[in-house]
Amino acid sequence: MKGIAGREKKYVEVISDTSEEGVVTPLQIVWDTGVRYRIDRVLDRRQAHSLKTGGTGMRYTVRVGGTTTHLWYEGPRWFVEAKVASMPEW
Amino acid sequence: MDASRVVLHVDMNCFYASVEMAERPELRGLPVIVGGDEESRHGIVLTASYPAKRRGVKTGSALWEARRACPDAIVVPPRYGLYMRYSRLARQIYYQYTDLVEPFGLDEAWLDLTGSVHLQGGEALLVAREISERMVSELGVTVSVGVSWNKIFAKFGSDYDKPDGLTVITPHNACEVVWPAPVRELLYVGPATARKLEHLGICTIGQLACADGELLRRTLGKMGEVLQSFARGLDQSPVRPFSPQAHDIEHVVKGVGNGITCPFDIEDETTARQVIWLMGESVAQRLRAGGLAARTIAAWGRDATTLASRGRQTTLERPTQLTGEVCATAADLLAADWDFAHGQKVRGVGVRASNLVPAASEVQLDLWGEEERRLRMLSLDRAVDQLRSRYGNHAVRRLSELRDPRLSALDPQRDNVVHPVSFFA
Repeated sequence: MKGIAGREKKYVEVISDTSEEGVVTPLQIVWDTGVRYRIDRVLDRRQAHSLKTGGTGMRYTVRVGGTTTHLWYEGPRWFVEAKVASMPEW
Repeated sequence: MDASRVVLHVDMNCFYASVEMAERPELRGLPVIVGGDEESRHGIVLTASYPAKRRGVKTGSALWEARRACPDAIVVPPRYGLYMRYSRLARQIYYQYTDLVEPFGLDEAWLDLTGSVHLQGGEALLVAREISERMVSELGVTVSVGVSWNKIFAKFGSDYDKPDGLTVITPHNACEVVWPAPVRELLYVGPATARKLEHLGICTIGQLACADGELLRRTLGKMGEVLQSFARGLDQSPVRPFSPQAHDIEHVVKGVGNGITCPFDIEDETTARQVIWLMGESVAQRLRAGGLAARTIAAWGRDATTLASRGRQTTLERPTQLTGEVCATAADLLAADWDFAHGQKVRGVGVRASNLVPAASEVQLDLWGEEERRLRMLSLDRAVDQLRSRYGNHAVRRLSELRDPRLSALDPQRDNVVHPVSFFA
C-alpha cells in the first residue's frame, strides 16, 4: 500500500468495560501521543492469530471513525497491527 | 478389539520453532533453531523448523554441529512461558470438542471423541480437519492429526504425515498403512528395543504383530506382549482426562523430580552435595505443596566426560516430605555413586522422589521420640515454604548458595514441568 512500509505489533492502552459475566468490551484506544480513538462498535470477537505482526489472542474487529480494524487482547495487554510509514522518496 | 472408539492424536509440528514463527512472522520460511544457552552449557538444538531440518539439523544435536550443517540458521533462545501459553490455548480448543483430553508433553495430546463425535456431525475426520484449521487461524501453528480407534495408532497417524497432515487409520486400512512401517515408528519402541527386534528378524510393525508371542516374551519380557498388542491394534488404554481447570495437573502424580545441567563441572563432593540440596529442597517443597510423602528417593549424575547418566535409589523406612531427609538421602546416594577423589566430574545432577503416598496417611510412629523431632522439622519446612510463597524463592536461601556465587545463579524452582509423562504411568 502506498506510504505504508509494513506493520508492527504495537501495544496500546485501552479503556474497556467488563460485564458481570466477564465479557470484555473495548471502548477507547489511547495512542502513545495521548490521542483517544473512540470505538463505535465491536463487530466480531474471536480467538485469532495476527498474520501481519505475529502473536495470538482474542481478536476484536472494531469500527473506529468509519474504519474497520482489529484489536487483540493478549491478556493482560492489548495490541494493534500499527502501520509503519515508508520513507518518502526525495 | 473395540473398534468403536474414536481417538485423535494432535501433534503441533516443530512446536517451539512454530511458536517463534507465529510470534515473529519475519522468521517464517527461514531455517530457525530454538536452542539452549551455550554459555550455561545448555547449547543443544531443542527444535528446528522444517527448512533447518531439511538442511540436516537434528533435534538434540549440539548448536555448533547445527551451525556447521546450516550456517545461515537463525538461533533463538527458548521462551518457555510463551510455549506454555500456546499449549494452554491449544488445549482450550480441544476442550471445546471433548472433556477427555490427555496432554502428552506441551505439544501433543490425545482426544477421546467416542461420546461426543455425534454432537459434531458424527464424522471424526471433519472434527480433525476443523481442529487443524482452527489451530492455524487461531494460533498460527500447524498440526498433524491421527484418527484411529486406539491411542497407539492415533499417535502413529499423527507421525505418518508431517507437517499439517491428517491420517485416518481404521481396522480396514491398518494392515496397509501401519504394518509396512519400520518397527521403531511404534510408540515405545526405542533404539534399544528396535535393535533387539531386528536381531529376531522383526523389522516392521506387521512382523511384530505376527511374531511368536513366546519369542517376544523371552527377548523383551512383559514389554514384548505389550508391544505386540500395540502392533495388533489391541491397545485399550483410556484417554486419561486432565482437569481443564488445572490444565497441567495430573490426577495421579507418580513422582516428583528435579534435575539441572550445571554451568560448571562439579569436581568435589562438597559442591555435589550443595547442588543436590538445592534440587532436593525444591522436590521436598513440591511434595509438601501436593500433600505427598515419598518412600523412594533417587539421585542421578551425568558424567562430564562421557555425558552418560547413572543413578541410585533407596527406599526409606518411613515416607518423608522433609527437606532434610530427602536431601541427605539423595546426597549420600550421589556421593556413593561417584568417586570425586579420583577425578570423576559431574556435569548435571538430579533428585527424584517416587513411591508416593498421601502425607496424611497413617504411619507407624517411632517410640523413641524421633517423631517429635520430625514434626518440628516439618513445621520449620512449612514456615520456609510460606516465606518463599509470599516473598519469592530467594527470600530464604541456604548459606552454601550465598557463599558460592556459582550456585546463587541456579534457581531450581523454575521450569520444572517435566513432559511427557509416561504412557504407562
